[in-house]
Amino acid sequence: MRLNVTVNGERRQADDVWEGESLLYVLRERLGLPGSKNACEQGECGSCTVYLDDVPVCSCLVAAGQAEGREVRTVEGLADGDALDPVQQSFVDAGAVQCGFCTPGLVVAAHDLLNRVPDPSDEEIREALAGNLCRCTGYEKILDAVRLAADAR
Amino acid sequence: MTISTETTSVTEAQGIGASPVRPDGTMKVRGEFAYSSDLWHEDMLWGATLRSPHPYARITGVDIAAALAVPGVYAVLTHADVPGVNRYGLEHPDQPVLAEDVVRYRGEPIALVAADHPETARRALERIEVGYEVLEPVTDSEAAVAGEGPALHPGGNVVRHVPIRRGEQDVTADVVVTGTYEVGMQDQAFLGPESGLAVPAEDGGVDLYVATQWLHVDQQQIVAALGLPPEQVRLTLAGVGGAFGGREDLSMQVHASLLALHTGKPVKMVYNREESFYGHVHRHPARMYYEHGADRDGRLVYVKARIYLDGGAYASSTSAVVGNAATLGVGPYDVPNVTVDCWGTYSNNPPCGAMRGFGAVQAAFGYESQMDRLAEACGLDPVEVRLRNAMSEGTVMPTGQVVDSAAPVEELLTRLRSMPLPEDRSGELDLRRLPGGVSNTTHGEGVVRGVGYAVGIKNICFSEGFDDYSTARVRLEAVGGEPAATVQTAACEVGQGLVTILQQIIRTELGVEQVTILPMDTSIGSAGSSSASRQTYMTGGAVRAAALKVRAALVAHAARTLGHEQAELSVAGGKVVSRHDGVLADLVDVLDGEAFDETVEWRHRPTEALDPETGQGNAHVQYGFAAHRAAVDVDTELGLVKVVALDCVQDVGKALNPQAVLGQIQGGSAQGLGLAVMEEIQTDGGVIRNPSFTDYLIPTVLDMPPMRIEVLELADPHAPYGLRGVGEPPTISSTPAIVAAIRAATGLALDRVPVRPEHLTGT
Repeated sequence: MRLNVTVNGERRQADDVWEGESLLYVLRERLGLPGSKNACEQGECGSCTVYLDDVPVCSCLVAAGQAEGREVRTVEGLADGDALDPVQQSFVDAGAVQCGFCTPGLVVAAHDLLNRVPDPSDEEIREALAGNLCRCTGYEKILDAVRLAADAR
Repeated sequence: MTISTETTSVTEAQGIGASPVRPDGTMKVRGEFAYSSDLWHEDMLWGATLRSPHPYARITGVDIAAALAVPGVYAVLTHADVPGVNRYGLEHPDQPVLAEDVVRYRGEPIALVAADHPETARRALERIEVGYEVLEPVTDSEAAVAGEGPALHPGGNVVRHVPIRRGEQDVTADVVVTGTYEVGMQDQAFLGPESGLAVPAEDGGVDLYVATQWLHVDQQQIVAALGLPPEQVRLTLAGVGGAFGGREDLSMQVHASLLALHTGKPVKMVYNREESFYGHVHRHPARMYYEHGADRDGRLVYVKARIYLDGGAYASSTSAVVGNAATLGVGPYDVPNVTVDCWGTYSNNPPCGAMRGFGAVQAAFGYESQMDRLAEACGLDPVEVRLRNAMSEGTVMPTGQVVDSAAPVEELLTRLRSMPLPEDRSGELDLRRLPGGVSNTTHGEGVVRGVGYAVGIKNICFSEGFDDYSTARVRLEAVGGEPAATVQTAACEVGQGLVTILQQIIRTELGVEQVTILPMDTSIGSAGSSSASRQTYMTGGAVRAAALKVRAALVAHAARTLGHEQAELSVAGGKVVSRHDGVLADLVDVLDGEAFDETVEWRHRPTEALDPETGQGNAHVQYGFAAHRAAVDVDTELGLVKVVALDCVQDVGKALNPQAVLGQIQGGSAQGLGLAVMEEIQTDGGVIRNPSFTDYLIPTVLDMPPMRIEVLELADPHAPYGLRGVGEPPTISSTPAIVAAIRAATGLALDRVPVRPEHLTGT
């Protein structure tokens, strides 16, 4: 099938998409946007989190066809040119990035949290990020990063 | 002196001891860092692997005809297509690249497909017909040691037995405590799945881009299987999404290379999460029998232990795991009389190998559980009994090795004990702080709190006489009017932050700000593995040594051209500085178009093999220590545990990058928490029952409590900068501290990890 989708503000088209492909697969393998990650591909780890019409979703659980005509914003679409989004900058500064495979999903999830709750409590941060697995950091520096981003925004 | 103000600045602020940001951090937060599963090549195919559904079976036939007929399929390969030796393995080449006449574990690779789409490849796999004669699997390690059951490999089912005999063997004591302990099979659960891209080359070889922990040991095994010379198999490290030991063994490396060479096209392979559970080795499950004898004051007289480690179908790093568990089997204590026997065995369970802290993690659950039992038997506080037996610098290990640098077990424990405990639950109720969380399973009724302590020991770097080295090249030249250094190694950045550390070392030693870390590949000599907490020590040591050679050559050159004595010159802040006359010249001017380029192969001091009868020998390079205190709330009715505090004190010798050190301690402690209360690959007759993140649980941000951490810096005079490997120790003591806390809360014996709800409710 042919898929039309707006990604990071740009209208994109993908041809010969097999109906069983996920939005994650199309982003990564057909549209040259591998930033969203493929850690579990079963909706458990959050590493593939993207905005679909402003709602964060696991793109591995969205069939490509479901994104037809809709707007997707990925981790690649958060920075403003060379200027990182405050959430991205905070992850770098706080040491919240080790292997970084969980980072794109966490950055999108934290970005969404701060859009909704500009000054979250620790409990609110934990709840909002509970769907994103990280194996390297033990999460402490991720919490630091979100607090830092909240202050910076 | 006048020189200092002018030469500090950036190079000191970003040198060792500072916490500059990671050079790859910005790319990672932008989603632009190329991990091994992100690679793409024009005209590339997708590879897929057919795996055995049986833990143990004879293969009676493989028919690939129907799979080959699927449109879009370019190749279907079996063991007959392996041109070299169809065997590989980290320490013993006992594992087929593709199974021949027998499969020894559920998930063993049998055939490969290359196709134009991953779904096409998957469908073709379904059309490969394999005939099996299913056999009764061997699943028990102790039975293997007893010689029961069929031999899975020509030498029998014992991979290695290490005895340790120290002091009197028939000694008795006034107080004796015994226990049998079990550790479940843990998974590394790195997030980036096994993956890579193999590109066939014009010279008949292959270029492989892969996520691994040790490029050269991969290369060695790949060339043997492909029957190619090393120069025709070139590896480059792709972005690594975590490792923790699980990437020490080969996964898709040979398979993708075979498909690429066979089809003449680039081939990408990416495991999904389920396949990842079959595609890498796990932490050895253990059964351990301990007997501790002490006097009435709680001072240890002897320790006897038998430790059984199930290595699964293939040897992987079982030998080294056995060595660690045996030599570290009594823990960080001064024990005059020791009798330890440790075995690693073959079975038809999933293969086990390296995972963070290997061997030491299993033993620590045994000996720390015993120390708590001893404290109770002697009527002592658990910290007090540990203090009375704490080893220190100068202690003789059960191997006869004298510990010749800081071993601050006493200080770790006393500092830990002095840290404030978390506040009691009181006042307003927040479900999110209770066991069960927002599932709303309790409002505090039936919830009890406990506190537990544990301390652990780990050998750092490779042991037992292994020729452990790393190779580094450092180049200094002027680029665009600025002095710039380039560092080349084959050391794998797996997330730990080695790339940052290497930059810091260069800034400190050469006084230049601009440091480029070249891509890691096999065009330079081996760096050894990113494991055993060794890479800052080893490749950091190698880079430092190369930098010092560059600096010496540069200073000699500067002395000649500037007309000063060599002995008075140094480099800092991009300047050549004289001890007497301050800044003499800009580095760029001294370089004057010349480049200084040095390559060094660097070794730590040698170690010795263990005596095969007594286990005596100076087997280890360095010991690392950490201690944890855990506080838990336990819902005794539902068996739910909430870890409310997990505090840690660790000696790191020298914190080259304090932020990264904390990151290692936090992350390592989290993996220990996982083993304590949730993480286990559950097997039934050799079959994994939970190969997914739905059923294999790792800690989330809700499970990890805030941590108080104190870092000691007691320099090891034998190590570069006095550093002590950081990565593994925090994983070791975290688990037994949490279980001790659960025991303190519930009064239950709890002799197995992970602790499950039914262990707490008795249902």
